[in-house]
Amino acid sequence: MKPAPFDYRRPETVAEAVAALAGEPNAKVLAGGQSLVPLLSMRLAAPAMLVDINAIPGLDTIAVESDDRDGGVRVGALARHSAVLASDDVRRVQPLVTMALSHVAHATIRNRGTTVGSLVHADAAAEMPVVLTLLGGSVDVEGPGGRRTIPASELYVGPLESSVGHDEVAVSAYFPGLAPGAGVAFEEIARRHGDYALVGAAALVDGETVRVGYLSVSDVPAVVDLTGVADADLGEAALAQLEPLDDIHATADYRAQLVRVLTGRVVRSARQHAQREGAQ
Amino acid sequence: MSEELHDLRVTVNGATHDIRVPARRLLSDALRHDLGLTGTHVGCEHGVCGACTILVDGAPTRACLMFAVSAQGAEITTVEGLTNADGSLGPVQQAFAECHGLQCGFCTPGFLTTITAGLRDNPRPTHEEARDMVAGNLCRCTGYQNIVKAVERAAEIQANA
Repeated sequence: MKPAPFDYRRPETVAEAVAALAGEPNAKVLAGGQSLVPLLSMRLAAPAMLVDINAIPGLDTIAVESDDRDGGVRVGALARHSAVLASDDVRRVQPLVTMALSHVAHATIRNRGTTVGSLVHADAAAEMPVVLTLLGGSVDVEGPGGRRTIPASELYVGPLESSVGHDEVAVSAYFPGLAPGAGVAFEEIARRHGDYALVGAAALVDGETVRVGYLSVSDVPAVVDLTGVADADLGEAALAQLEPLDDIHATADYRAQLVRVLTGRVVRSARQHAQREGAQ
Repeated sequence: MSEELHDLRVTVNGATHDIRVPARRLLSDALRHDLGLTGTHVGCEHGVCGACTILVDGAPTRACLMFAVSAQGAEITTVEGLTNADGSLGPVQQAFAECHGLQCGFCTPGFLTTITAGLRDNPRPTHEEARDMVAGNLCRCTGYQNIVKAVERAAEIQANA
């Protein structure tokens, strides 16, 4: 299992990375590579060029943006999952990011894999795209036309497909902060610890508003609004807005059952989180 | 067509090496083929089994999920670097021997590197933390119980050193 040959660039600035991408339409950006390298090794992908952004300084930042909108946290393209998971700022400003990251693969993979890389890899079975979508976050990309912000609602267009252009490099992601009195929770069911989940769910409860995002249910991250739904009906109300997929890992019926179970559980848990936060 | 080669400087177990590799050379293959350090084992080659785990700048990393060219300037520790200065078994290796933490030995290098870093960050793990420390590594022989015992024993050996 060896990757096919590719040209390799190791730019030292974002501008150089953008220039390299502009010269080769079949290029891929390499950040942590924890999803990309297996795809190359199995020859499911064979880009003509890899643009390795690991030598670009200043992209590994994790910064609270207190004056920006809702006071969230901005994560740079080279911030490893492990650094984001360990960040007290992230835990304080948006605990859902921390909760979800603890379910991303294993510690060894998190040491190399990047949160922004996971977001733009756009795997609907992954945790972080759902978190970004549920929270209404965004990804900043830089391309030949300069920098632009892609809201999460416009980022995911299909299975493993994002709206980041082939000539653009994702430089950071923004996770909005948790509003005072709001609560979040994350739950997933996987066959083995650290595996991709059969189904996972993230909940955001803010006053009367209840929203839940699902991974591994559809081929893009799915978020449903469950505001005003009685507790006993949460699972069925969610399923009315979802079409669980069939694949080799689980039948659609089994996924539907997991949605029923996880929806009630994760909403309850988010309400408890809101109460604990409110009590402090 | 001859592939372009890239000059690469890495420090492995304290020794600096200059090698020329094609960009597609996995770090696991560079260690084994270019540097002759065959202690790093290659199992699944897609990041699942953990046999190829090495320490890159101290952090456990899958060598099969990195290209060697990405390791430019990195400080790498492989299983060959885990022995004591006098060549005797390091504490984690010693604990594996004492607790029968291996049978065929194929997965062992990945466990040893992972646990070495794990105990550096958490020298006195609880039983649950010891289990969690090895959750990303597969072993098909032992059933894991003796590996978890070895984690706890290694912590003991280090505490008494």
